[in-house]
Amino acid sequence: MAEYIPILVFTAVAFSFPIITILISKAIRAGRFDPVKAEPYECGIVPASEAFDTRFSIRYYLIAVLFVVFDVETVFLYPWAVMFKKLELFGFIEMLVFLGILVAAYIYAWRRGALKWV
Amino acid sequence: MWAELAVTAAKLLVVATVLLTCVPIMVWVERRGAAFIQDRLGPNRVGPMGLLQPVIDAVKLFFKEDLTPGGVNPILYTLAPMVSMFVALVTFIVIPFSADAGVEVFGVPLKGIHVAPDLGVGVLYLLAISSLGVYGIVLAGWSSNNKYSLLGGLRSSAQLLSYELSLTMSVLGVVLVSGTLNLQEVIGRQGPEIWKWHAVTQPIGFIVFLVAAFAETNRLPFDLAEAETELVAGYHVEYSSMRFASFFMSEYINIVTISALTVTLFLGGWQVPWLTATLSGWPLLLVSAGAFAAKVALLLWLFVWVRWSLPRFRYDQLMQLGWKGLLPLAALNLLIVGMAMGQGWL
Repeated sequence: MAEYIPILVFTAVAFSFPIITILISKAIRAGRFDPVKAEPYECGIVPASEAFDTRFSIRYYLIAVLFVVFDVETVFLYPWAVMFKKLELFGFIEMLVFLGILVAAYIYAWRRGALKWV
Repeated sequence: MWAELAVTAAKLLVVATVLLTCVPIMVWVERRGAAFIQDRLGPNRVGPMGLLQPVIDAVKLFFKEDLTPGGVNPILYTLAPMVSMFVALVTFIVIPFSADAGVEVFGVPLKGIHVAPDLGVGVLYLLAISSLGVYGIVLAGWSSNNKYSLLGGLRSSAQLLSYELSLTMSVLGVVLVSGTLNLQEVIGRQGPEIWKWHAVTQPIGFIVFLVAAFAETNRLPFDLAEAETELVAGYHVEYSSMRFASFFMSEYINIVTISALTVTLFLGGWQVPWLTATLSGWPLLLVSAGAFAAKVALLLWLFVWVRWSLPRFRYDQLMQLGWKGLLPLAALNLLIVGMAMGQGWL
C-alpha cells in the first residue's frame, strides 16, 4: 500500500487548498448583504420564474444513459489492453466479438435517432 | 521510511508549486497571445510586459465580496468550486515530469520528478479522477438558481460525458502497445526516436485524443458551457471572489494536466531523440525535466492559438462530432493498432 501514500497526502493538500483560500478571502472582505444583490443575475431584468422551472431537452438525459452503457464497455477493454500480448490471437478474436456487440448497440442507437441532436 | 516520506513530500511541494505558478503564467500567455493574434497590445502596464497582471488580478479577487445569492442551495453552491479545484489538483501526481535517472537524495532513490512513481494504475487513476471534474460543473450549474448556470451546467455535463468516451477509447491504443498503465513505463516503451512515439505510430488516436482534450477542458472551439454570447458565463455566472477564482484556476490547471498527459502518452514524454539516451544521473534528470516542460509549453500555446483562431461549434454539431465522428474513429484506431500488433509491426 506504500505507493498510495503520496495520493493520500496530496488528497489532503488538494482538499485544504480551496477551503483555505476561500476562508482567507472571507476573512479579508466581509460581505454586506443587500436583497438586490441576492437576486439571480438575468442581465438586469427581474426574473419572471425560478431557474428550476426551466424546461430542458430530454436528450441530456439520453446522452447520460448512453454514456453509462458505452463507458462500462470501455472500462472492460482496459484489462484486456494491458494483457493483450499474453492473450495473443485468442484475446484479439474475443475482443472482436465484444466490439461487435458494442458496434451493434451503437448502430441500433444511431438508427433509433438517439445520437441525433435537434 | 521517514526519509522516503520526506522525499515524497518535497516532490509534492515542488510539483504543486510549479503547477500553481503555471496558472498566472498561462493566463498571461493567453492574454498576450490573444493580443498578438488580434494585433492589439494586451496587458502591458503592471510589471515588465504586463507579467504581474495575473498576480494583481488574483489579489483583486481576494478582496472582492464573496456573495451567496438568495435561492441557492448553500451547501452544494460552496462545494462545487472546491470539487473542481480538488479534482484539478489531485490528478497531477501520476505524471512523470522527468526520467528516473537513478539519482539518490539522502540515500533515498528519487525516481525522477514523479510523485507516485510506484503506482501501477497511473492511466486509470488519471482518467477516473479527471472524470469527476464534471461534478463541480454540474453542481455549480444546478445549485446557483440561475437559468444561465443551469443551461451551462447541463450542456457541459453532456459534452464532457460524450467526449470522455472518445478520450478513453483513444488512450486504449497506447495501453495496447505499452501493455502497462504506469505512465513512466509508457514513456519507456516509446523509445527515444521520434518514429517510435505514439503520435507517429497512431496518428488517428492522437488526433482523436487531442480533439477530445479540447472538449474535456471546455476550451474553444468547444466552450459551449460558458458560451459568452448566449449564456454570459455559463455555470459560474453567480460566483464571485475566490469561489469564482477556484473555477478559473481549475480550468487552467486542467489544461496543463491534459497537455502533460498528451506529452506523456503520445509525444514521448521527457525524451529527446538521441540526447536522453546518452545522459545519466543529474544531467539526465535536468535535461528530461526541461524537455518535458518545453513540450508541454508548446501544447499550451496550441491551446491558446486554437482558442483565438477558431469559432465556436453549434451544440448539435458538437454532439455529432463526438458521437458520430470521434467515437467510431477511436474504435477504428483500436482495431488498426490491434491488427498491426498481430502482424508484429508495433
